[in-house]
Amino acid sequence: MPKITYISHNGKKNTVEVATGLSVMEGAIQNNIEGIDADCGGSMACATCHVYVPENWFNKIEKAHEAEQDMIDMAYEPKKNSRLSCQITVSNELDGLEVITPIKQT
Amino acid sequence: MIKTDAIVIGAGPTGLFAVHQLGIIGLQSEVIDNLDRAGGQCIELYPDKPIYDIPGIPECTGEELTNGLLKQIKPFKTNFHLGQRVEEIKEENKSWIVKTNTGTLFSAPNIIIAGGVGSFEPRKLSLKDSEKFEGKQIFYSVTNKNLFKNKSISIFGGGDSALDWALELSKSNKVTLIHRRNEFRGAAHTLSEIKKKEKEGKIIVKTPYNLKSIEGDKTMTGIEIEHEDGKLEKIKSDYILSFFGLIMKLGPIADWGLNISNKTIPVDTKSFQTNKEGIFATGDICTYPGKLKLILSGFHEAALAARACFKRARPNETYRFEFTTASKSIHDRLGLKSD
Repeated sequence: MPKITYISHNGKKNTVEVATGLSVMEGAIQNNIEGIDADCGGSMACATCHVYVPENWFNKIEKAHEAEQDMIDMAYEPKKNSRLSCQITVSNELDGLEVITPIKQT
Repeated sequence: MIKTDAIVIGAGPTGLFAVHQLGIIGLQSEVIDNLDRAGGQCIELYPDKPIYDIPGIPECTGEELTNGLLKQIKPFKTNFHLGQRVEEIKEENKSWIVKTNTGTLFSAPNIIIAGGVGSFEPRKLSLKDSEKFEGKQIFYSVTNKNLFKNKSISIFGGGDSALDWALELSKSNKVTLIHRRNEFRGAAHTLSEIKKKEKEGKIIVKTPYNLKSIEGDKTMTGIEIEHEDGKLEKIKSDYILSFFGLIMKLGPIADWGLNISNKTIPVDTKSFQTNKEGIFATGDICTYPGKLKLILSGFHEAALAARACFKRARPNETYRFEFTTASKSIHDRLGLKSD
């Protein structure tokens, strides 16, 4: 199973195995990762599963669609490398992916 | 004090269907919701997005589903207390006393919490300094636009609320519209109006910029914004309007003595009762092994919770299960003419 590393805003790393096909958000919820709220459950309606993706990974992930960008507008302190983790699907290609959770979601 | 059989907290699909299920078994209810209209997440988060998994309805929008449910509960003439948030709950002589933030008092033997992920509140600016100016110079909605006459206003956000207010307030103010990226999302007509006003110099558009700091001690005098590439810029501002949509907060529910795990309320799946007798939780806010956060699960949960309310509402009567197709008393409650 691909390994995904969730890095908290203060640098604490948490690496877990997430089944392919699940979203990076679901991987966080199933493993009780702090810093991802996912209030709407993955319907891209709340921007509380917001993460920053380091540059080396950002371009390897399929680009965000317009609707996701619209939702990221609402996120807490969005940056250029912001993504909604519910829209990143875990695959073997993303084995080793690192995402950084923001200081808070709301 | 409003007396009823069950108080339904939350007017989303689950809360509305709870009213229906209470109504057909002959129980009265009163609905309280923090929003100013019924529909909950369906109406706030995805009014126009189609839903494809309501049994028997191949496709409907959040708004259509809400309207259908409102029509379905019309015969019960239920009172809605909108724009109110339940603040306190206490027990008195086997009844629950409920008080809202506007002071409305209710008394009922049962409460059904259908509160979704909590109540909707505007998403606030992330700067700590913003708190001290909130309600004075920083606003998350506009209730009195006359306040802003001949002032410098900085508007944050990229959606319709931000764009519409930028246009409206540019008529008599100096408006700067600030957004984190170059693209705005809004109706095509609105976007072209903004472009026009920008050309005329009536609105200054700053993208891609974020708010960096707020200047001023007792009174806000201006703000500093940061370009995506790190460049800083100061803007004189008498007011900030910020439109970053709504977030959901559990709020006072957390203080009612209910067991809460992971922002949800554990329930017994026989009745959807919480750890407090007579308080039930249904829909997204409840949790149990196998819980699915689907509208259809909320409907099932509401049906069972409503029946469980019967015992405390009518202690001297026996609940009888009946079908809506065949029951004369249900037909009476629905106001159908007997044939």
